[in-house]
Amino acid sequence: MTVAVNTPYTVPIVFMQILQVTVLILIAAGATAIVLTRRHVHQVLLLSAYGMLLAVLFLVYQAPDVALSALTVGAVALPIILLLTLAKTRKREE
Amino acid sequence: MEYFPFIVVAWILAVGLYGIVTSRHLVHQIICLIVVQSSTYVLLLGVGYVTGAVAPYYYDITVHTPAVDPVVQALTLTDVVVEAAVTALLCSFAIQAHKRFGTLDPQALVSLKG
Amino acid sequence: MTPSQRRWIFLIAAAGLLAFFVWGLLDLPGFGRYPGPYGFIINRIALRQTLATGTVSAVNFDYRGFDTLGEEFILFTAAIGVSTVLRRLRGEREQQSAADEAADRDVPPTSSAVRMAALLFTGPLVVLGWWLTSHAQANPSGGFQGGVVLASALIMVYLAGEFLVFKRFSPVDVTDAVEAVGAGGFAAIGVAAVGMGLAFLTNYLSKGQYAGAVSSSGTIALISFFVGLEVAAAFILIVIELLEQTLLIRGGE
Repeated sequence: MTVAVNTPYTVPIVFMQILQVTVLILIAAGATAIVLTRRHVHQVLLLSAYGMLLAVLFLVYQAPDVALSALTVGAVALPIILLLTLAKTRKREE
Repeated sequence: MEYFPFIVVAWILAVGLYGIVTSRHLVHQIICLIVVQSSTYVLLLGVGYVTGAVAPYYYDITVHTPAVDPVVQALTLTDVVVEAAVTALLCSFAIQAHKRFGTLDPQALVSLKG
Repeated sequence: MTPSQRRWIFLIAAAGLLAFFVWGLLDLPGFGRYPGPYGFIINRIALRQTLATGTVSAVNFDYRGFDTLGEEFILFTAAIGVSTVLRRLRGEREQQSAADEAADRDVPPTSSAVRMAALLFTGPLVVLGWWLTSHAQANPSGGFQGGVVLASALIMVYLAGEFLVFKRFSPVDVTDAVEAVGAGGFAAIGVAAVGMGLAFLTNYLSKGQYAGAVSSSGTIALISFFVGLEVAAAFILIVIELLEQTLLIRGGE
């Protein structure tokens, strides 16, 4: 396969490709798990782990900026907003 | 290997859409919408990738080192943060719907009442 | 229409949609074979033109500054929307009764481990958020990431203490004002360029001497500061509104 000439890598490029394929398979499995889970608090925790997996994928795609913002948003901001919504709607069901 | 990342994008999109259509709770629908949006980020960054290249930050490397495309990274970066705020707006709609109708089942909230 | 009918119709339609989608994706030039000249051109000239070693931030705030302005106003509108939708309706009242503030109410206490960890992390998170916001032109950082980290530092205050302490740290009026300053500041920088006779959002400040220093790259550092303020204030506002709904407002109806 054609690659960019004079790459600055010090390990063979196939290592990076194996890493990318592994993380992509994990992401596909994570997305399926999120959709098929039934309990809502478990879904929010799975979403947090999915956000961290996305950050690893963005880092492997050589995009550290996007990895940083995906990590902070997906692991901190989104679960808080969703958990507060769940708490508010569950409280009134008593 | 050439098209495997794009097949994964199509799979994530399909799974997320399935979750939205056959959902029984508004918060579950919002989470599936987040999954669908994340598939677009993976697609955008996959389009701009160059095999054997590094990140486009020239603090200690020369300008002639092969680097990936920075324009799609800029687009994805702002997208990720704005998605969280739009999700918060959707959650506030869900809270108000629950207050008014007492249920969060989208298939029971079908008809609009005055 | 029963749910199983809906599911079958969706599966048939999704099969058609996916067929077209994958057919379009297979026409792309393969993963890793980026052909287009735009990315390579920007990589080559961004350092020379803006003296910013962080090319992504240079693209975000200089070459594509107009798109970033639009996205920032989406964020602004979403935060205002949350404030408006979760306003106090007729029949509800904010209830801080004596039972809520009694010293011996049986609320499950926050565990000491959570309080210690939250207290330890609050200070470093503020420093980290500020460093990220002010170094947009040098490192993989910028206003958006720094703003979210700053907001999470204040959320640590809520985790370490109580909601009323958190509310005293960031009252809603001050947060509103800071968010407006952030959004308006970005637009004002662009309008100031027009006032000087240049195009909207031109990089008109001095570029500095050293590439990647904090005081280099003109308006990129200034815009990143305003964006960081606005993103932090927007997220704090959203969390305050949701917490008020959950904890304080008891319903009427």
